Amino acid sequence: MSADFTPVLAGRAAGGNVPAPVTPKNVPYRDGTANPSADALRARFGTTVSRVDVVWGETTVIVDAPRVNEIVRWLHDDPTQRYDYLVDVTAVEYRDLERPIEVVWHLRSLPFRRFIRLKALLQKGQPLEVPSVWDIYKGADWMERECFDMFGIRFVGHPDLRRILMWEQYKEGFPLRKDFPLRGRFSRSEQLRQILSQNPEAKYSMEEISIAEAFEDLPADVRARLGSGEPVGE
Amino acid sequence: MGLDRLDTRRTDTGVEYVPSSQESWVTTKLDFLVNWGRANSLWPMPFGTACCAIEFMATAASKFDLARFGMERMSFSPRQADVLICAGRVPFKLAPVLRRIWMQMPQPKWCISMGACASSGGMFDNYAVVQGIDTIIPVDVYVPGCPPRPEGLMYGIMMLQQKVMRERMADKSLRHEIEPDPSSQLYIAPPLIDELSEPFGNSIHQTRSGL
Repeated sequence: MSADFTPVLAGRAAGGNVPAPVTPKNVPYRDGTANPSADALRARFGTTVSRVDVVWGETTVIVDAPRVNEIVRWLHDDPTQRYDYLVDVTAVEYRDLERPIEVVWHLRSLPFRRFIRLKALLQKGQPLEVPSVWDIYKGADWMERECFDMFGIRFVGHPDLRRILMWEQYKEGFPLRKDFPLRGRFSRSEQLRQILSQNPEAKYSMEEISIAEAFEDLPADVRARLGSGEPVGE
Repeated sequence: MGLDRLDTRRTDTGVEYVPSSQESWVTTKLDFLVNWGRANSLWPMPFGTACCAIEFMATAASKFDLARFGMERMSFSPRQADVLICAGRVPFKLAPVLRRIWMQMPQPKWCISMGACASSGGMFDNYAVVQGIDTIIPVDVYVPGCPPRPEGLMYGIMMLQQKVMRERMADKSLRHEIEPDPSSQLYIAPPLIDELSEPFGNSIHQTRSGL
């Protein structure tokens, strides 16, 4: 299982003491100071990093989609980076048909007080696939499921990639895509008919609740009750 | 005089009822007593999903004091409740849950649809939100507002009390449970649902997507 818990003190990275953050003033729209991790990424991965943007003081690094897992793992593991917090995984689609869909990862390094945004561009018409970062950050699990649910982007390597906000048998498509009509594809009565024929309990699984795994951690009386065959859940 | 001796009639849809002129003095007085008791001890089942639930909590709290209407006992179990107060928007994913809760409530039961979203979908005319809970369960009182003020909800509750006071035991249609169509689980005809959820006003411009 996991190693012993060591507290992370913000800004107290090994070898450097990063000053406490102050509210920045007069931040330029473009051409601000880039996050030092951007240069480190360029030095380490070369042409995999296709562009670095600094917008309102925040650094965006555009990387090749197939190597995202490798890059994020390096950012997470390297002692000079230590991006230990995955803030968000999401995607952006633009109205422009030519413009690719962007998958966005927000990473934060607590020890170095840094923030970096990674983007991978996926051309429309191609299969929308990026590597999952679930093996690096377990918290990516539901974020990637939501991104799949809303945009239809497949995260290769995700252990359980299925819908999370819409019900699993949802047939109308991916709601946040630009070609999705606001009211959905089906008529209201058809939408109601489909959802009312669902069993409201069908979406819970024992794996999800993880009762079985937590069995040893339960209090003794509860364990005795569960062990004697008293029905719990389904 | 027993109720079975009354001359019951049957509507086209098969619901039995007794014409009011044939009810006796005993049954009407008994009706009054029962209705008086029911109307002044309605136990609400709060089904709060959004900001209307905050107003509902304000209504139940000390300043507006829902207990004055005999509703101080919030029932968080549908099996011990009389009034389902649906406060807030209901997404499609919650529709079978709301239907299940309604079916678990014992008769006599009533339903208040609180707020614009529960009554009509409100501003959420999109792919995820049910366009009025009356497409899932029957509704007795609609309370408009976004969200309604506590006075509005209390007015709706008083309307429901008046409705309860006018009920007659001999009227079998009151306790008639509508069975949804087994194949579609709908109890309203699909064209009617589509007609009810037609967009109107400003939202007709939102049918197109960006492409």
